[in-house]
Amino acid sequence: MIEFISATKCIECNQCVTVCPTNVFERVDDGIPVIARQSDCQTCFMCELYCPVDAIYVAPSPDGLTGVTEEELTNQGLLGGYREKVGWGKGRTSVASHDFHYKLSARSIF
Amino acid sequence: MSEVAQVGSLNLTTDVLVIGGGPAGTWAALTAAAKGVNVVLADKGYCGSSGATAPSGTGVWYVKPDEKLREEAKASRFLMGGQLAEHRWMDRVLDRTYENMNKLGVFGYPFPVDEQGNPHRRGLQGPEYMKLMRRLIKKAGVRILDHSPALELLADEHGVAGAAGVHKQSGKTWTVQAGSVVIATGGCAFLSKALGCNVLTGDGYLFAAEAGASLSGMEFSNAYAICPTFSSVTKTAFYSYASFYHEDGSIVEGASSKKGRSVLARHLLEGRQMFAKLDGAAEDLRPLLRVAQTNFFLPFDRLGIDPFTQAFPVTLRFEGTVRGTGGIHITNESCGTAVPGLYAAGDAATRELICGGFTGGGSHNAAWAMSSGSFAGEGAAAYTQSLGQYAARRSPVGCSSSTLIRQEMRPGAAAKTEEYISAVQDEVKPYQLNLFRTEQGLTSSLNRLDGLWKEQRNREIQRSPEGVKAREAEAMTATARWMYHSALARTETRGMHKREDYQVTDNSQHHRLISGGLDKIWVKTEAVNKERVLL
Repeated sequence: MIEFISATKCIECNQCVTVCPTNVFERVDDGIPVIARQSDCQTCFMCELYCPVDAIYVAPSPDGLTGVTEEELTNQGLLGGYREKVGWGKGRTSVASHDFHYKLSARSIF
Repeated sequence: MSEVAQVGSLNLTTDVLVIGGGPAGTWAALTAAAKGVNVVLADKGYCGSSGATAPSGTGVWYVKPDEKLREEAKASRFLMGGQLAEHRWMDRVLDRTYENMNKLGVFGYPFPVDEQGNPHRRGLQGPEYMKLMRRLIKKAGVRILDHSPALELLADEHGVAGAAGVHKQSGKTWTVQAGSVVIATGGCAFLSKALGCNVLTGDGYLFAAEAGASLSGMEFSNAYAICPTFSSVTKTAFYSYASFYHEDGSIVEGASSKKGRSVLARHLLEGRQMFAKLDGAAEDLRPLLRVAQTNFFLPFDRLGIDPFTQAFPVTLRFEGTVRGTGGIHITNESCGTAVPGLYAAGDAATRELICGGFTGGGSHNAAWAMSSGSFAGEGAAAYTQSLGQYAARRSPVGCSSSTLIRQEMRPGAAAKTEEYISAVQDEVKPYQLNLFRTEQGLTSSLNRLDGLWKEQRNREIQRSPEGVKAREAEAMTATARWMYHSALARTETRGMHKREDYQVTDNSQHHRLISGGLDKIWVKTEAVNKERVLL
């Protein structure tokens, strides 16, 4: 479930408001968006992927909050980790083109 | 029926309206636009991030047009699906999927390239795929309405002619009058928080039934995904490498991803926590798996668990018809329904035609979405063109079974909606009711579900974001009733439908179950089209 939007990182682009499929966020005039409908979050991580500055953290559990802080996550290197793995962002290559996909399909059992 | 079509704050007229902006909806829009008609696409979330595909990676049933390879591909799920797939449809879908995947390469999807320099087109990364589909339909001139769930279809005596809904972020209503409508709203996962599935509440089934269409294969609606207890990620393929353990570290006999999910369910039912470890994956395979499905590993990485070496608690998360195969009954090759002007595609439509009663999850559903989307888009465009001048002179009315109103709902309506939702979930999620089906369990469930339907359909529902939730609750209630009536009628075990009181497959029931109706549900049989015996 969505845990927070970092007030220090957010650039108020409102991408999260636009892309969230369940409309969890709400735009605020002259401010960062707010998490207006937290319980509607379905834990799909799409807001994290579309956030251009890694200001959002979605905890894996869809049920309830963990209370984790931005400082803890920064220390563990977890903020923006998913976007990096998917290969979105400047200077990155999309994971879609990774050659492991065909290497795996030659060996997979499913 | 509502008396007159409500006039919305946004009024559009178009040739084809597509409801739903996942893979099926975007392919329908793209294909219709290519036929030279105007298209509007309304998504209840954001076209590009909405639905089961966008947050996932998926395999695709992409098979080169080589006779032997195609025969193997068709045979792979045929028996597991209870021999309910149809040869002709599998051929059409394999052809169209091959064509569409090749097109995606041309359109700019970054497929990996193998040592011989050939693109590898057997899978798609959801975020990349759906971002590209959004770009393509915009380029084709499709008008996208994001955050715009439909509340009802519009129809006149000649058939379906549009839809009306609400924009969730502004609260403003919308009406789109169209020559034809494609329903691509996905399946129904009953708000179980399976990855990306909470927008999939069976809305399209309800809309179609209200317009007079029927459903098919709704007994194949009990898919459960293996999932860590601490996660929404319902990707089951990698559990092929898993061993399952009891809390004391001993192996769970008979449990496996493919054939032993029931074993896990029986232990869970008795209150025993199950654990999994992907210890069957060789060391050198693990980095490949990590890249192939980045989202699978996301929850583990965040909790500091190595799923290859550490056991983690798992459960079975309900996915309903999303990875089942039931859906709107298709009556012709254009994915049309019994109602003129109404088409269905993707998980909203039945997938029995290509996978019978066994899960369509993964590659088959992905192939079906892009193929049926294309068939429906072409069919809808041709239908609208055939209407000619008449299209502009229609005055359709709303089809909602509950009265839709402009005024606020009664105080406490939102809380009541929440109650209905959890009451429906209590009937469809429990393994003892839905996975291990019995006449007694299904009948008692249906008594409660019928009561829930009666209460809801007599409510007035506001054309507002709150009203959207009320309609979702109705859709889930109706879906559960078609599911259980069909399950009750199939007195055998076939595909994913398992009856505790009829544990074998009965050859005399090798037919489809078509269902429909709202206040009174009906189920009838229909022959499976047999042109040539497989195997």
